[in-house]
Amino acid sequence: MAELTAWDRVTLARQLERPKASDYINSIFEDFIELHGDRCFGDDKAIIGGIATLNKMPVTVIGEQKGKNVKENMERNFGMPEPEGYRKALRLMKQAEKFKRPIITFIDTPGAYPGMGAEERGQGEAIARSIMEMSSLKVPIICIIIGEGSSGGALAIGVGDKIVMLENAVYSILSPEGFASILYKDSTKAKEAAQNMKMTANDLKKLKIIDKIIKEPEDGAQNDFETIVEEIKKYLTQSIKKLQQLTEEELLKQRYAKFRNM
Amino acid sequence: MIIDKVKKLNGEDTKRVKNEKAADMMIGKWVKCDSCKEIIYKEDLHKNLSVCPNCGKHFRLSARRRIKQIADEGTFEEIGADILTKDPLKFDGYLKKVEVLKEKTKIEEAVKCGICEIEGEKAVLGVMDGNFLMGSMGSAVGERITLAIETAIEKELPLIMFCVSGGARMQEGIVSLMQMAKTSSAIAKLNQAKNLYISVLTDPTTGGVTASFASLGDIILAEPKALIGFAGPRVIEQTIKQKLPEGFQSSEFLLEHGFIDKIVERKEMKSTLAKLIRMHK
Repeated sequence: MAELTAWDRVTLARQLERPKASDYINSIFEDFIELHGDRCFGDDKAIIGGIATLNKMPVTVIGEQKGKNVKENMERNFGMPEPEGYRKALRLMKQAEKFKRPIITFIDTPGAYPGMGAEERGQGEAIARSIMEMSSLKVPIICIIIGEGSSGGALAIGVGDKIVMLENAVYSILSPEGFASILYKDSTKAKEAAQNMKMTANDLKKLKIIDKIIKEPEDGAQNDFETIVEEIKKYLTQSIKKLQQLTEEELLKQRYAKFRNM
Repeated sequence: MIIDKVKKLNGEDTKRVKNEKAADMMIGKWVKCDSCKEIIYKEDLHKNLSVCPNCGKHFRLSARRRIKQIADEGTFEEIGADILTKDPLKFDGYLKKVEVLKEKTKIEEAVKCGICEIEGEKAVLGVMDGNFLMGSMGSAVGERITLAIETAIEKELPLIMFCVSGGARMQEGIVSLMQMAKTSSAIAKLNQAKNLYISVLTDPTTGGVTASFASLGDIILAEPKALIGFAGPRVIEQTIKQKLPEGFQSSEFLLEHGFIDKIVERKEMKSTLAKLIRMHK
């Protein structure tokens, strides 16, 4: 079979039936307890988070949650968080730091929601603060891009010690449609844009933006979900163990250097 | 004032003056205020810190003019000037476009950083320039700003950032996105070192710059009536399928919603910054 194009992968990354954050959380971890709310304004359903165990070790997990059908997508705002989603995520990450729990985030969003309320409640500030705080949290952080990782809305929960991507996930500055409309003045050139944006896992590994690619079957993660779950679990177990051997100072120094060199 | 003269002439011989004005505008001596529509003699505008003498609109400033307004004369020493544009996507025509812009704007990238004195107070000053690809942040901008932050930490100086930006630079793709992480991580370090950071938001500050260092100041100031937001107004309108109310995402709106500390007019900016720096010594 021919190599998939960047656009093929964009299409796969956006498939409704593709496993979502909650699928991974419920399969990789045991005993997930979801925690709600940002303690400021509300509970954003586009981001889920809570405590779970990974091989009996308590961890904090956070994920951008898309729906699998129209109804669920309406409820989850198609995985586009509002500021309170990022503030909830940050609250849970600070909590993880307090109790020395490693943090695992699952990234899957078309972007932060560009609505009026989001602007009124400081979407930019919420993302900025989350990025800044993640850079100095004293516990290991592993970020996994499972579907669409688009713009600051993805990066807001994407500052970690290890950045992992599923083979058919994409990670970019914005959607190829948006990119095409800005740079080619023609949103129908999205396929061409996708090719040029270096948004696939292979491209990003070469650019040293990500550390690890999790293999997928050619027709998408849903077709061999169990193997992928096992792969992620194995990777998480190994890399958390390694990261926990570092002193807090070494961990933070390494994380700073990682983004400093990008 | 010259504007009054023009007004008078306007009454006497509209056609002749209009032609003269048109000719002068063509050779760049006059500009039209897009807020009050007044035709302003450029020299008057510049003497007035590029603020419309008629309606008070704050015109956008080049980095060069901004530095002249804020730094004491002859004190600005640039850092990171050798950090230049990179082309990680090998994006067709990008470097060529940058070359043309360099020629036109006489600057090498969309931000200038340096060490200077502000009313005798030493500080690291970073100034973005909207004339250079809308002040967008690619790798050179992110690197220069990070270097400026690290310099502030190393030399134990306060940091002042004047922001103006359309956001992350599209032509450098994901690498631009990562500049948000890089600059924000450096601000976290600056906070740990307990240095003062004042962020000044000017028209327009949007996208990835709003969602990184611009929103992270200990004190966040803004110029009057600047457009400040994460998503641009057009994107929001397309999303919600309705027109935004007048003044949405203006400095005044952000002040009202608790996201900036103070709106400062340009004529008060330098003294305000100096005062704040002294209070943190």
